[in-house]
Amino acid sequence: MFAHIIQTLPQVLIDGLTLGAVYAIIALGYTMVYGILELINFAHGEIFMSGAFIGTAILIGLTGVGWIAAFPAVVTLILVLLITSVATGLLGMGIERVAYRPLRKSSKLITLITAIGMSFLLQDFVRFITELKNGNYIVNTPALFSGKVSVSASSLSSSFDDATFKVTFIVVLIVALCLMIGLEIFVNRTKWGMAMRAVAQDPDTASLMSINVNKVISLTFFIGSALGGATGVLFALHYGTIDPYIGFILGLKAFTAAVLGGIGNIRGAMFGGLMLGILEMFAAANLSTITGNVLGAEYKDVFAFAILILVLIFKPEGLFGKAVTEKV
Amino acid sequence: MKKLMSRLEGNKKAQIILFFIYVIATSGSLMLVQKSVVAFLLLLFSLLLLYFMSLSTKLKSLIAGVILIVLLPFSASQGPAYESYMEVSTLVGIYIAMALGLNIVVGLAGLLDLGFVAFFAVGAYTYGIFATNQAANFMPFGTYPLSGESFWFFIIAGCLIAALFGVLLGIPVLRVKGDYLAIVTLGFGEIIRIVFNNLDKPINITNGAMGLSSVTPPSIFGINLVYPSQFYYVVLVILAAVIFIVRRFEYSKVGRSWKAVRENEIAAQAMGIHLVRTKLLAFAIGASFSGMMGVIFAAKQTFVDPTSFTLLESITILVMVILGGMGSVPGVILGAAVVTILNLQVLTELTDWFNQLSLNGVISIPDALSPAKMQRFIFGGLLILFALYRSQGLLPAKQPTFDLKELKEEAEEEIQPVIPAAEKNVNL
Repeated sequence: MFAHIIQTLPQVLIDGLTLGAVYAIIALGYTMVYGILELINFAHGEIFMSGAFIGTAILIGLTGVGWIAAFPAVVTLILVLLITSVATGLLGMGIERVAYRPLRKSSKLITLITAIGMSFLLQDFVRFITELKNGNYIVNTPALFSGKVSVSASSLSSSFDDATFKVTFIVVLIVALCLMIGLEIFVNRTKWGMAMRAVAQDPDTASLMSINVNKVISLTFFIGSALGGATGVLFALHYGTIDPYIGFILGLKAFTAAVLGGIGNIRGAMFGGLMLGILEMFAAANLSTITGNVLGAEYKDVFAFAILILVLIFKPEGLFGKAVTEKV
Repeated sequence: MKKLMSRLEGNKKAQIILFFIYVIATSGSLMLVQKSVVAFLLLLFSLLLLYFMSLSTKLKSLIAGVILIVLLPFSASQGPAYESYMEVSTLVGIYIAMALGLNIVVGLAGLLDLGFVAFFAVGAYTYGIFATNQAANFMPFGTYPLSGESFWFFIIAGCLIAALFGVLLGIPVLRVKGDYLAIVTLGFGEIIRIVFNNLDKPINITNGAMGLSSVTPPSIFGINLVYPSQFYYVVLVILAAVIFIVRRFEYSKVGRSWKAVRENEIAAQAMGIHLVRTKLLAFAIGASFSGMMGVIFAAKQTFVDPTSFTLLESITILVMVILGGMGSVPGVILGAAVVTILNLQVLTELTDWFNQLSLNGVISIPDALSPAKMQRFIFGGLLILFALYRSQGLLPAKQPTFDLKELKEEAEEEIQPVIPAAEKNVNL
């Protein structure tokens, strides 16, 4: 049993890292909004999904005009990422303006309900447009980077199997890393980042310090959603097939990652995302071996949700968060 | 118009007469024009009118009973669409009971539950497994499928097992609040669905994604209940019981502590409310209604599979509660009826109509836009609109209010005989 687990480990790690990087960037969006508004932006998974669709649409359009063949793939990638993240960032800002801002003073239950409503609305809206254009709501993304790399892990030690990965794996990792570092710098080093941290501490006092709270919140939504949209493009490029309903479960898992790392904490979200991705891939590859074929890979989602529930029960502040006590 | 309405409000007799004219007209048109869904809906609408009439509650429920037990089935039974009308009414009843259950959890106790359909699934599978030969795979004794008579026992059993699951879900819930609670329940619902979807190995308990087919129909006095018109009466009886129980709970000690917990947990605790017990009770009771309806659903469909228990279903029930008005029993009933009818009748009718139009070449509606597919869009929109503009719902919950003036007068009436006596004493 052990031998099998170790043999597949290189492949599991590679797949887990890819998935983990995706979770981590989506988790950043959740964590930023939660850190400032204490609101779980349920529609964030749908913003991610919209990003995947917008990116795919742009790629299909570019393929049509022959751009893909003429320009290097990296240029196309950066262009698509830019356009998509601006579009989804604006979408996120719009959602905040319409559905969350009017309710900022009312109970959490109500905001959560509008968030769920928003995510349903977006799912069906995207389904409608794709089905209208395509006749089918499951879409294949044109490949931007083709090619596979094989890692000869077996030459390192005979107990490992060889692993292969697509070139997009590296793209996903590099872009994810850039986004995370960029966000970290933005939040910690810039004036706007400082304003964001101030609003997160105490919006009322921040507004007394001549910070425009509404603007800061809009900006938070813009950045969080732009990150989500960019991740959507990466996801579409790496996995190749997307449908309007991918966002919800993926968003939920990214939320799990955010909670795992301590919600409101940017580094925690990154760590939680990578950990959850690797854990999930590990479960998917090895659950049936460990349990002697009783539980199969289809239980990997149960695994993720179980982690979520356990963390929320036993350590709701997460691995890196601080515990808060509620006051009346 | 306003004058007329206000005059009508004061005049009981006129109300009753107008109401009877309305009921007779709609049921008559339902009898004569069998295909007209509109007449059917208008007849159901009479129940809402009844709610607004200024009669005593007893009389209202009596009239509603007569309409539902006699008039509706009788006037619908005159033509071929009878069973489909009864099917819709049965499903409306099932959803009303479920929404009332969720209303206890969300509306009264303020615990947002996004995995409510899990309990429905638990109930449905409880009956489904024992009423097909699926149970023979893991039960060493007994012969399966069980006979239809056992259905009545399973209604209770489904209740209890779902309540047990409600408590199980409740245990983690005691430590998390607010948004986290919503996420935990959502995860719980997904876990239940995935488990039911995959529990066909190592022992085949739920038959996996294939589902359980040919569930034994229930029987009573040797009659097998197979038609929706027969289930209609079963659901009606259970619904009446559920409404009665919910009403009793709402104004009981437990109901008041639910509301207190909803308004402010910490303050409620400080007033001596046992938080754990109160929350668990809300989950258990809400779940038990859902489990009971699951048993009926399984028996009615004679088929159970995991696709009936998705997140969309949970949200649908949530939409019913929010649309009607959180915490308001009549509101939730209205919300459930509106959403179910919208789903089953209006959207499908519209789709048929559009299809007809595009067949005739009048206008062409792309398949992607067909109203039957727009459920998510409509529900999402409804959730947002109601949260933004009418968060109390269509029929808001009535809090018992006291008029200060009246209270003072009452108090004075009681005290008055005492005061002169006291004054006399002073005079002496």
